[in-house]
Amino acid sequence: MKKIRYIFFISCFLLTACSEDNDRFLETVDVTFRFTQNWKGIPITASDFNEFKFTNQNGDLIGIERLRYLVSNITIGSVVKDYQLIDVGEGTGLEFFVDGVTKGLKTLNFTFGFTNEDNLEGSYQDLNSVSFNVPELLGGGYHFMQFDGKYKDHNNQDANFNYHVIRAADNTDPTNVILEDTSFEVDLGELELNSSTVIEIKMDVSEWFKNPNTWSLQQFNTRLMPNFGAQKLMEANGQSVFSLGEIKFN
Amino acid sequence: MKNIGIYLLIFFFLMRCSSKEEEVYTPVPYALEIPELFADKLIAPIIPSDNPLTEEGVALGKKLFSDKILSGNQTQSCADCHKVKEAFSDSAAFSLGAQGILGKRNSMPLFNLAWNFDERFAWDGKEFGLENQVIEPIVNPLEMHGDLKEIVKKLNEHNNYPALFQSAFGSSKISPDLVAKAVAQFMRTIISANSKFDNFLLGKSTLTVEEENGFNIFMSEEKGDCFHCHGSTNNPLWTDNKFHNNGLDERFIDLGLGAITGDPSDNGKFKTPSLRNLIFTAPYMHDGRFSTLEEVINHYSEGLQFSETIDPLMKSVHQGGVDLNEEEKAALKAFLLTLTDEEFIENPAFEN
Repeated sequence: MKKIRYIFFISCFLLTACSEDNDRFLETVDVTFRFTQNWKGIPITASDFNEFKFTNQNGDLIGIERLRYLVSNITIGSVVKDYQLIDVGEGTGLEFFVDGVTKGLKTLNFTFGFTNEDNLEGSYQDLNSVSFNVPELLGGGYHFMQFDGKYKDHNNQDANFNYHVIRAADNTDPTNVILEDTSFEVDLGELELNSSTVIEIKMDVSEWFKNPNTWSLQQFNTRLMPNFGAQKLMEANGQSVFSLGEIKFN
Repeated sequence: MKNIGIYLLIFFFLMRCSSKEEEVYTPVPYALEIPELFADKLIAPIIPSDNPLTEEGVALGKKLFSDKILSGNQTQSCADCHKVKEAFSDSAAFSLGAQGILGKRNSMPLFNLAWNFDERFAWDGKEFGLENQVIEPIVNPLEMHGDLKEIVKKLNEHNNYPALFQSAFGSSKISPDLVAKAVAQFMRTIISANSKFDNFLLGKSTLTVEEENGFNIFMSEEKGDCFHCHGSTNNPLWTDNKFHNNGLDERFIDLGLGAITGDPSDNGKFKTPSLRNLIFTAPYMHDGRFSTLEEVINHYSEGLQFSETIDPLMKSVHQGGVDLNEEEKAALKAFLLTLTDEEFIENPAFEN
């Protein structure tokens, strides 16, 4: 009986010791991602929708009515979140968290939209359920962004715009649709993580109309999904849209 | 040893209690048949954890759905304005209520309601959750004009209902909450997913050239651009279940969602109806203003009216619409009719 007790105490001691060693090497933190939107630094929320309160680089006065966008492969260190749909109007998907991020200096990056590899026709039930699909006539897969609203046209009339970002598709010949991956990687650099952290990722919506291509809504407003050239311009303008915002360490 | 005796005694009592309860209330879980396309493409249907489907609950809900006892003067049932043969809608633009007064909106078709993921029901999104939606027409003065206290009293005094509620919910004391739960259970079983187009997607049917052309018009942003609001092969509900102003009027008589939210930017917005079973659900729109599918297609082609809250997806509003030619209109109609589910309206499971 004495012997059994002895073995039991020794085992407990050894197991506890192993656990402490692991904790030292694999200490992890939670990371919350918070997506915010702004217009040249002025915050945008759903309460700013449906009013002509923004002017783009081209001088077009616009009102936002719907803004939802997709980011994928959100990577912090070695932890990857597959994808996230952010719907600003509905206030959904704006925030999510990942756990198990080991402490230390970590890289942060994500893809705007889906890369070709992930842009799989009809494969994501949650995205199908909110009708975020792209017609197969245009190569299928999913929208990267659905940004709808109104602008004042040359006659100062309210006119509609549908700034929909998708994988560029040239369907001039419907039997041979040419596709080009217009998703892009957003690299937000490195962060030192020592405790649970909230990371703000900012989207400056005005940049979609600005840099490097000054976007005229008088010229490009609706029916942009099948417009290969417009999709390429959107891809270029998207590169400067995202930036790192406030970092809060808990 | 003494302790073992006490444990056995407690165990024996617990077993007895349990057996007694089971004798009274043992509802059979209802196996909801989820259509293959829905299971493949969509997230799971909404079944509240406090109202799981049971055979007894669904059967009770079906009985209540067709029972005039739910109206104030016992002259009208839910089924009177939601007829199976009309895909659970009404061919009248406005239905007559129990008091003989005309309603103000067209009776909405009822199917695939468990896949309304936002859970906002009715043309104006007035009710959140199907259980709440069940109660609304019962008490609405323009519809069944019932008094819940009176209805519950009648049900409790009824020869059969207390026993049916007992077997469905384990309580013979009938409450408005249990009435709502039973009817909602039945409504979640009203599923339509067996149209020609469903079978085409499953590889069991083929489309004519005209139907295929119509589908391409539906899916083209340059032509019909219907898919943004009405779903696609990957969202076989054929509705986004959202609220849009689809350009019916310059000025609104009915504010729709705006009257519910109080937000002027929601004025003139109504729920997108599913395009399934259109052949059975005329007339169309929230006020039943269009009698035929041709009129509906003409509206989107050249009849759009501008108002401040018109959805940005209603492109070309200043040109009147998407400007389809006659051939394109006919093709679009042909495609829409492939969403007809004949079996659905003949399903004996829905008849009392």
